[in-house]
Amino acid sequence: MSELFTTLGSYLERPFVVNALIVGVLIALCSSLLGVTLVLKRYSFIGDGLSHVAFGAMAVAAVVGLTNDMPLVLGITVVCAVLLLRVGKNAKIKGDAAIAMISVGALAIGYLLMNIFGTGSSNLSGDVCSTLFGSTSILTLSTFDVWMCVILSVIVVLFFVLFYNKIFSVTFDESFAQATGQRAGLYNLLIAIVIAVIIVVAMQLVGSLLISALVIFPALSAMRVFKSFKGVTVCAAIVSVVCALIGLLTSILAGTPVGSTIVAVDIVVFIIFSVIGKLTGGKA
Amino acid sequence: MKQLECENLTLGYGSQVVLTGLSFEVNEGDYLCIVGENGSGKTTLMKTVLGLTKPLDGSIRYGEGLSARDIGWLPQQTDVQRDFPASVQEIVISGTLGRGGFRPFYSKADKALAESAMARMNITGLKKRCYRELSGGQQQRVLLARALCATRKILLLDEPVAGLDPKVTADMYELIDSLNKDDGVTVIMISHDVDKALQYASHILHIGSELFFGTRDEYRIYEADKAKGGDGR
Ligand SMILES: Nc1ncnc2c1ncn2[C@@H]1O[C@H](COP(=O)(O)OP(=O)(O)OP(=O)(O)O)[C@@H](O)[C@H]1O
Ligand SMILES: [Mg+2]
Repeated sequence: MSELFTTLGSYLERPFVVNALIVGVLIALCSSLLGVTLVLKRYSFIGDGLSHVAFGAMAVAAVVGLTNDMPLVLGITVVCAVLLLRVGKNAKIKGDAAIAMISVGALAIGYLLMNIFGTGSSNLSGDVCSTLFGSTSILTLSTFDVWMCVILSVIVVLFFVLFYNKIFSVTFDESFAQATGQRAGLYNLLIAIVIAVIIVVAMQLVGSLLISALVIFPALSAMRVFKSFKGVTVCAAIVSVVCALIGLLTSILAGTPVGSTIVAVDIVVFIIFSVIGKLTGGKA
Repeated sequence: MKQLECENLTLGYGSQVVLTGLSFEVNEGDYLCIVGENGSGKTTLMKTVLGLTKPLDGSIRYGEGLSARDIGWLPQQTDVQRDFPASVQEIVISGTLGRGGFRPFYSKADKALAESAMARMNITGLKKRCYRELSGGQQQRVLLARALCATRKILLLDEPVAGLDPKVTADMYELIDSLNKDDGVTVIMISHDVDKALQYASHILHIGSELFFGTRDEYRIYEADKAKGGDGR
């Protein structure tokens, strides 16, 4: 046992491990906060959908020959997120179908473009894979990545705290919010933008698979046990951060893939919380 | 004092007209009951008054110092998801958010308002309970308390007693009546129960193929005339 801690200690002296821990925890925190709203609005799969959109955008950027594709990718993804989340409510095509459509469509178009124009990378499957599992592995983050992530997280957490009551109101009953003079449209727009930005950035760092899991699992786990919005939100944030930490440390020690390990921990916690929920019948 | 005046309204969605030529007015302290068959456009009328859908034609004027946001609303159906985790208190106090300005947190006044609205609806004891685990009647009270947090001027109630048992229905009518008589809240209510409407309301608006707007007594005469002139019913 003590041997394990010595190994851990020696790992923690390495900057790339510390970077991974910081980024992993922050992304886990942000996505779980937004995850509660997304799950309740029936947009659980938006992470997956938007990452495919981002892939399509990257293909376009490659075809056009942009060296820095980040602004374009971010722009297109934000627009798609806004379209999905804002228009979604009254749209003829509802949440899940709309996401599936955009997601599959963007993936196909992106692949097609890259194939026709044969640009840049000859390693096409590698590109597809990296959007799923993160372009840079979380263990090879640069200082710039870490800082970007820290700043972004501060913005997301601040946004969430300042708009918490409004987020509750528009998530719970958007028509009532609108009817009584709350600016539901504006809040939905802000929520959509924040979600898009966090997903695009996090996707580059840890991959879309992990993002989807981080959005869904903590929220669902918390909803098994807690029955108030505040309880669920706080619990989801804690669960997400703890799972990310355990997953990261395990993967470092055992040499397992980071994303999959975190997801596995999340699944275990979900099962435990489901059992607790069943046993207690749920408390406020 | 006139609070709401609708003139020659045409209601509908896009190119689909639901109702035309609707005129009525609501004064402070009125208790207006809207009756009419399913699909006649009652809910559409409420949504139009609230500014959620635009009238296709005609005008809606609000009284002095009043706007759509001074109207509390109890929807016929809420989009609330079956599994939404929310406590009664969280829902009720969210009614105060429409009061404008950027205020990230609830003030003491907001909390006091929520407390008094819950007390008024006799749901203080349910404060910490989960909304989705309440009975239909309790849920209606919660949403009514939320509407009271939004305003104490006008309440729009869309079939507040739908699905409630006779006892709870009677309680609900009493509660609404006392909000109107004791607290001076203007009530506009949609109901399918014409007898109850005639018992409590001061004005009746009948919409459908035939439009009628007038006081309760005028409506009685109108109904009696119709029965005489009709096919002997
Ligand atoms: N969002 C919508 N888009 C298009 N048409 C609609 C929409 N909502 C309602 N309608 C139509 O408008 C008409 C009036 O509907 P409304 O909901 O106002 O009826 P209602 O009088 O409230 O009926 P009920 O007694 O069943 O509640 C109906 O024919 C309905 O099909
Ligand atoms: Mg209706």
